[in-house]
Amino acid sequence: MLRTTLGACLGALLLLAAPARAEDKLKVGFVYVGPVADYGYSFQHDLSRKALAEALPDKVETTYLENVPEADSERAIEKLARSGMGLIFTTSFGFMEPTLKVARKFPKVKFEHATGYKRAANVSTYSARFYEGRYVCGKIAATLTKSGTVGYIASFPIPEVVSGINAFMLGAQSVNPNVKLKIVWVNTWFDPGKEAEAAKALLAQGADILAQHTDSAAPLQEAEKQGKLAFGQSSDQYRFAPKAQLTAVVDDWNGYVIREAKAVLDGSWQSHDTWGGIKDGMVVLAPFTNMPADVKAMAEDTVKAIATGTIHPFAGPVTKQDGSVAVKAGETAPDPMILGMNWYVKGIDDTLPQ
Amino acid sequence: MRLDLVPRARRSPLAASLSPVLAFVTAVLIGGVAVSLLGVSPGAAFAVYFVAPLSELWSLQEIALKAAPLALIATGLAFCYRANLWNIGAEGQFVVGGLAGGWVAVATHGGAGSAVWILPAMLVAGTLAGIAYAMIPALLRVRLGVSEILTSLMLVYVAELLLDYMARGPLRDPAGFNFPQSVAFDEAARLPYLMEGETLHAGVLVALVATVLATLVLGRSLFGFATRVVGASPRAARFAGFSEARLTLAAFAISGGAAGLAGIVEVAGRIGQLQPTISPGYGFTAIIVAFLGRLSPLGILIAALVIAITTIGGEAAQIDLRLPLDLTRAFQGLLLCLVLGADVLTRFRVRLVSGATR
Amino acid sequence: MSLDTIQMVLVTVLTAATPLIIAALGELVTERAGVLNLGVEGMMVCGAALGFAAAVETGSTLMGALAGAGAGLGLAAVFGLLTVGLAANQVASGLALTILGLGLSGLVGAGYVGLKREPAPHLHVPGLSEVPGVGRLLFGQDAFVYAGLGLAVGVSWFLWRTRAGLILRAVGDDHAATHALGLPVRRVRFLAVLFGGACAGLAGSYLSLAYTPFWAPAMTAGRGWIALALVVFASWRPGRVVAGATLFGGATVLQLHAQAASIGLPGQLLSALPYVATILALVLLSLGRRQGGSLVPAALGRDFTPHR
Repeated sequence: MLRTTLGACLGALLLLAAPARAEDKLKVGFVYVGPVADYGYSFQHDLSRKALAEALPDKVETTYLENVPEADSERAIEKLARSGMGLIFTTSFGFMEPTLKVARKFPKVKFEHATGYKRAANVSTYSARFYEGRYVCGKIAATLTKSGTVGYIASFPIPEVVSGINAFMLGAQSVNPNVKLKIVWVNTWFDPGKEAEAAKALLAQGADILAQHTDSAAPLQEAEKQGKLAFGQSSDQYRFAPKAQLTAVVDDWNGYVIREAKAVLDGSWQSHDTWGGIKDGMVVLAPFTNMPADVKAMAEDTVKAIATGTIHPFAGPVTKQDGSVAVKAGETAPDPMILGMNWYVKGIDDTLPQ
Repeated sequence: MRLDLVPRARRSPLAASLSPVLAFVTAVLIGGVAVSLLGVSPGAAFAVYFVAPLSELWSLQEIALKAAPLALIATGLAFCYRANLWNIGAEGQFVVGGLAGGWVAVATHGGAGSAVWILPAMLVAGTLAGIAYAMIPALLRVRLGVSEILTSLMLVYVAELLLDYMARGPLRDPAGFNFPQSVAFDEAARLPYLMEGETLHAGVLVALVATVLATLVLGRSLFGFATRVVGASPRAARFAGFSEARLTLAAFAISGGAAGLAGIVEVAGRIGQLQPTISPGYGFTAIIVAFLGRLSPLGILIAALVIAITTIGGEAAQIDLRLPLDLTRAFQGLLLCLVLGADVLTRFRVRLVSGATR
Repeated sequence: MSLDTIQMVLVTVLTAATPLIIAALGELVTERAGVLNLGVEGMMVCGAALGFAAAVETGSTLMGALAGAGAGLGLAAVFGLLTVGLAANQVASGLALTILGLGLSGLVGAGYVGLKREPAPHLHVPGLSEVPGVGRLLFGQDAFVYAGLGLAVGVSWFLWRTRAGLILRAVGDDHAATHALGLPVRRVRFLAVLFGGACAGLAGSYLSLAYTPFWAPAMTAGRGWIALALVVFASWRPGRVVAGATLFGGATVLQLHAQAASIGLPGQLLSALPYVATILALVLLSLGRRQGGSLVPAALGRDFTPHR
């Protein structure tokens, strides 16, 4: 490990001492809220950085900051801007206000904020329709569960997570309207200890399939230890639990990042909002494993159907937990509703923490 | 073979001011070794950590912004520590101060009325909240003799959880798509910026004034004298008629108020809204600053600057040299260890004596 | 709720309590000798990092556990040198060690984030481990859990049934008197500090070797501070440490179980319970103290310099 670090540091130093041609390169910076090696959310963002470096090696130079807490993020982002970056990706929701503030100070630098909703002339936002992947997972879970109960490890009660839970449930209900969903909120994105505890609690309460919206592979590991099945999150975590992972909802930012960098290079960059799903290749489902062939076929068909628009996870009728109708039959939920979702669908017994 | 400590009759002032410098130099040398083990040239690392942050106006402002709350909290803590009252809960008092002041900002958000009293009200609310929160361990200690170390520490977690609950729940921005943050504060609820570049805000001035005030009280007032006596010799204090209970409460009030003020200054200055976390560990770092500065106001100021410079240098080192932030933390811990050890040399003469260990 | 479910819940409570038991017992011995070590969190997290690294490199959980204990021991040696050898302020030194430990753990563990290894092996007694309701709880745990319980018995025996333990308690109650009697106060304290650090490191390695088979930065998540509170909560008695650890470990875990069972209460409230409970326990302890008899080692936290 030391040798790799040594090599990497030497490489970095050499890069800094590169010839004058380096000044023509576009410097692209990435800010991650967690460690790159979480093999989850930040890992996937870093994969996109690496893909960018590989795709445009002569035109682009990349760097990153990891483990940036939200309280310190403004300074970190500004530091990147001052270090000559032309394009900066800030990859956590909590970086929203700091990104906007630094963007105001550096109008020539372009910023891309992931999972946020505020833009500016030089700030774009981008996110992925994770809920589409959750729908597929829900269908698989309902088909395969023997106990009729599925466990869900959720991080924070924000719309992105809630819409994921709802999509999962709707997918499950399309196979078995009586499936039960137990949800545990761990109030963290990445804490293997707590995630494992939550997994144990859910399995103890009768769940035999686990889904998660947290970043470590601990729940998968726990499921495998107990001979149960689970879904991975953000990245393909198959190698952590080869006997337990059914699939994973993988964030694929590569295409988007390369497109945006190219736009900056040829001068056509504009502030916009991107919310891509399976169709745009931003949400990918990891290879389906540990399931019978017919379930696999059903899953693959569902993926294709969502990509073509035949199936929409929030297609009406969708009833809220309190009985009111959120989406009428024949319609689909509009984007703002999904973006601001703070209610459960009918069939979930828990109360949403407010 | 044993280490014998012979107390010095007179504390040499030269040694007292040199020992932290010696400790610092030693820490830098050890850090240089560590850095070269990681494959980076110690000279380059030193330049990035200590020199580069001082060479740019922006990073100078950032250093001031980071050092100000540290100095403020540490000065307040010095009152407690000099009196042998171990207030470990500054982080919790910081959070509670930020929460209380932030609540005022949220409650008055969007109002059209006279806005000029909002900011002072926030600062007062934050300070009072910090004082009140510090009273809990203080009263428990005075009335029941409960160890203030543990109570103040436990209350840190309670404060953090309270802020988390409020930011995600009752104080959440109703128009914010249910994301866990409050509304962005109005202009009237923000501390104004001091110069171009929108970095340095008036909080630095508030912190400076409060620190100067606290220094004067500690050094020039009877109360300050009394705290020092209580810490050095409780018996003498009792003979002199200083009430230990009242002094305890006052010392905690001062340090709680200082921490609470620092909290609301951070929220109203830098952050501009309430979030589930508002402190990158200022309360705990301030304890280090207090000890690094050996509980003297000037020392605390210098120590706060050193910590601020190394933290900001550490962030630059992450970008320029790919050195991890943990290195900065380890360095700061090491520095404190060395300062504490070096401090012994000013109080005692250390002798290695042959013979049985006792 | 079936018997099996109850057993599974109890298992999670026991495993959550184990790192607290081990770390708190170590700190108990240290404090009984009169030294307050606030560096437990730093020693724990270093134990987790170094333990995981050693286990990955050697492939052996035992080596990992030893390395973890060793890491805690090493940091404790620095702490002991400062506070016992040089009579530096114990509070400040402890905090310095916490920060140093957190930083070092991040540096050591950096190359190991995201790696996985086989979790520590569990005991399996054919026949006994399958007894419904208690089989897994009693006979299906990993070595750390049994070590923790064994440690409680061992520490108890040492402190109250051996001469060395008596000396240690005497040093913690009145270091001046024991010094006058010719007992090696500083050596006793230093050894107690080392033991406490080793236990903290071992507890940390449990987290990364058995509790979850991962290392993640700062994965101790404040357990070291809870262990400190636990020692006071248990009024410095090993048996009560086990009971208290079960309560504290249980509180965190039960909160998750409650959610899974759809009992709704704000998560933050439930998370705050261990801390509030500690404060209440401290208050009750103090009220009890007024009726006579102090349970606190009387010389706790006071520096000892022989020539003063």
